[in-house]
Amino acid sequence: MKRWFKKFVRTGSYASALTGLLIFSARAQDTCLECHRQMEENLKTPTLHIEADVHYQRGISCAGCHGGDPKEEDPDLSMSPARGFIGVPKPQQIPSFCARCHSDVEYMKHYNPKLPTDQLAQYRTSVHGKQLAKGDTNVATCISCHGVHGILRPTDTRSPVFKTNVPKTCAGCHADKKRMAAYKIPTNQYHDYLESVHGKLLLEKKELSAAACTDCHGNHGASPPGLSDVAGACGECHPSNRDLFEKSPHKEPFQKAKLPQCAACHGNHKVLPPTDEFLGVGEGAVCVQCHKSGSKGYETAAVFKALLDSLKAATEEARGLVKKAEVAGVKVGLTKFDLRACEDVIVHSRSELHAFNLADFRALIQDGMTKAERVKKASLVSLEDLEIRRKGLIFSGVLILFLCIGLWLKIRKLDRERGNPSVKS
Amino acid sequence: MRLFPALYSWVGERVDLAPLIYLIKKKTVPDHKHSLWYYTGGMTLFFFAIQIATGILLLLYYRPSAEAAYESVQFIMTEVKFGWLIRSLHSWSANLLIGALFVHMFSVFFMKAYRKPRELTWFSGSFLLFLCLAFGFSGYLLPWNKLAYFATKVGTDIAGQIPILGHSVLVFLRGGEEVSGATLTRFFGFHVAILPAAATFLLLLHLILVQLQGMSVPPALENNPNKKSIPFFPHFLLRDLLGWLLALLLLVVLASIFPWELGEKADPLAPAPAGIKPEWYFVFMFQTLKFLPAEILFIPGELVGIAAFTVGGILLLFVPLLDKNPAGRSGRWISRIGWGVVVYMVVFTILGYLWPATK
Repeated sequence: MKRWFKKFVRTGSYASALTGLLIFSARAQDTCLECHRQMEENLKTPTLHIEADVHYQRGISCAGCHGGDPKEEDPDLSMSPARGFIGVPKPQQIPSFCARCHSDVEYMKHYNPKLPTDQLAQYRTSVHGKQLAKGDTNVATCISCHGVHGILRPTDTRSPVFKTNVPKTCAGCHADKKRMAAYKIPTNQYHDYLESVHGKLLLEKKELSAAACTDCHGNHGASPPGLSDVAGACGECHPSNRDLFEKSPHKEPFQKAKLPQCAACHGNHKVLPPTDEFLGVGEGAVCVQCHKSGSKGYETAAVFKALLDSLKAATEEARGLVKKAEVAGVKVGLTKFDLRACEDVIVHSRSELHAFNLADFRALIQDGMTKAERVKKASLVSLEDLEIRRKGLIFSGVLILFLCIGLWLKIRKLDRERGNPSVKS
Repeated sequence: MRLFPALYSWVGERVDLAPLIYLIKKKTVPDHKHSLWYYTGGMTLFFFAIQIATGILLLLYYRPSAEAAYESVQFIMTEVKFGWLIRSLHSWSANLLIGALFVHMFSVFFMKAYRKPRELTWFSGSFLLFLCLAFGFSGYLLPWNKLAYFATKVGTDIAGQIPILGHSVLVFLRGGEEVSGATLTRFFGFHVAILPAAATFLLLLHLILVQLQGMSVPPALENNPNKKSIPFFPHFLLRDLLGWLLALLLLVVLASIFPWELGEKADPLAPAPAGIKPEWYFVFMFQTLKFLPAEILFIPGELVGIAAFTVGGILLLFVPLLDKNPAGRSGRWISRIGWGVVVYMVVFTILGYLWPATK
């Protein structure tokens, strides 16, 4: 047994040493890296983070993209076009340059069968791709977002295209006033996004399901959603509200007035956390942006708000009674579940609003009001227990009081029988 | 009707009851203008008995963990038959017990009943007072509600101010750096095991000493040639019983007017509510610490306050040794200081409730 083990260890050691030697010699044969590491500044930069590069880690070194012969020590030979050297691609060439592999389904399959291979096709449909095709080299190409010589997997939290880094990566160009001046597009998107409900969730709470730029605009095929696509973009995460909006009386007039669907009320990059004040005709209400005072829409908006407020008030009152009963220590039991159902109706009604169907909304609110009323009644019944307890204690107190009086009379009787119970000691 | 004579005869054949009967028949209790205060001891004992009885009943359902304590008290109050009554009596009686204890202690103090030969009775009584305060402090946390949680946090924070040992004391009390389930478990242990064991021993000692030495008569009345007394049985005993019934009546009245609430469940992650206070019997100390400046002669103000209360407690314990002449000058001075302490406690307790919470 011992001999067998020694043999195993010895063989293992030899194998490890041999593997190490092979890797070392293989790396040592990469003359691109050897030379560029000894160079200065720009020429050295590509070698600095190459070990972290996802391509390098899978065995694709400099020559894998740039061509040439990495075994040749003579620079003239190693970087000779005869040996396949294509040098540094021009910005217009970059998408096609990356796509040589990334659009090759057969080739990519060997590395990751799940990886999409339509990035170039998508890119060509993007605003970036179209501009590039026109010869505008100021636009984003693959390396603008993914980096170059040190490209990390998109799932790596350090990658510029990892979900929480996407807004900043996009902002690298889109918040640059000088760069964007030629396109006459605003540069406040990133600033607005930081204040939005999405931005706060994604960047502050690290909630990866919250929308980043690419969730609405796409990534490789990035383009602004068209007026009729806004609900589609939002609906990817908010399908219920999208469906309700689709059948709402707002859909057609919005299209006619060229209002950007969801974004017309909620905003686009600065989507603030929605509050109930958005509804109605009061301060902060978005309905009054279109429905002017005196109009039918204005009146209807006020009715919607009043209905929602009435349910909220009834629920608040019911909640207060349940809490009072619970804190007092009387049985609330299933009433708390009924209260939860009541609160659920409020949440449901906030969503149901997007259909703007007053009859349906009124029915829903009525359902909530009935539930709230049931909770209130049940809580009051529970609180009556306190009164029953109190009356029971008062009754006991009266009995004890009679007992005290009886005992006092007995003491007096005993004192009288004894004459003066107090005697000289 | 014949049950008691038969029982007496049955026991009498096996145990000689004659000396006991003789003692009961012959035992008298002094009767004078201050003898009303004698009944405060009996009332304190009565509340203590209620605490034991209701405490045992609560133990049947109470579960001492952060996850289950609040829910178990809620279960007691809502599902267990008369659970609400037992819990309410336990909570109210705990407060009345401390109140009766203070009254009893000050009546003994001002009647100079601690003087020779009753020093041991005073010592045992003083320790019982400290134990009951510890009972109150540990029991307050057990329902695991918001107020109790933060009051315990504040209380243990104060203990943590003690020089050198402070942090160790705090960790010992809390079972860690923060008030948590570990604190609840060990407070439960103190409340139902350690404190009752110590209190039972001291209470027995205290009662035996009272029976052996009889009631003390104030020095001013001691040499009265017309000293009077009443028979212990049945006259004093029935009066004591009346005192117990009145105590029970007070308990019932308070429980019916102010039912003891369950409160909101403690949430260690929630911010402390404004104006958090300890139980009323600690409020005068709590308020004093709040009034003290941050530093007094380079020493933290809170530390000076804690030291002063510790010295006060020690002085109270050793009153019988300090009062060399209870009927004379030192006795008068100690009584005056005692009145000062009473006024101070009352004023600072009232201030504690009236002073704005932000202060």
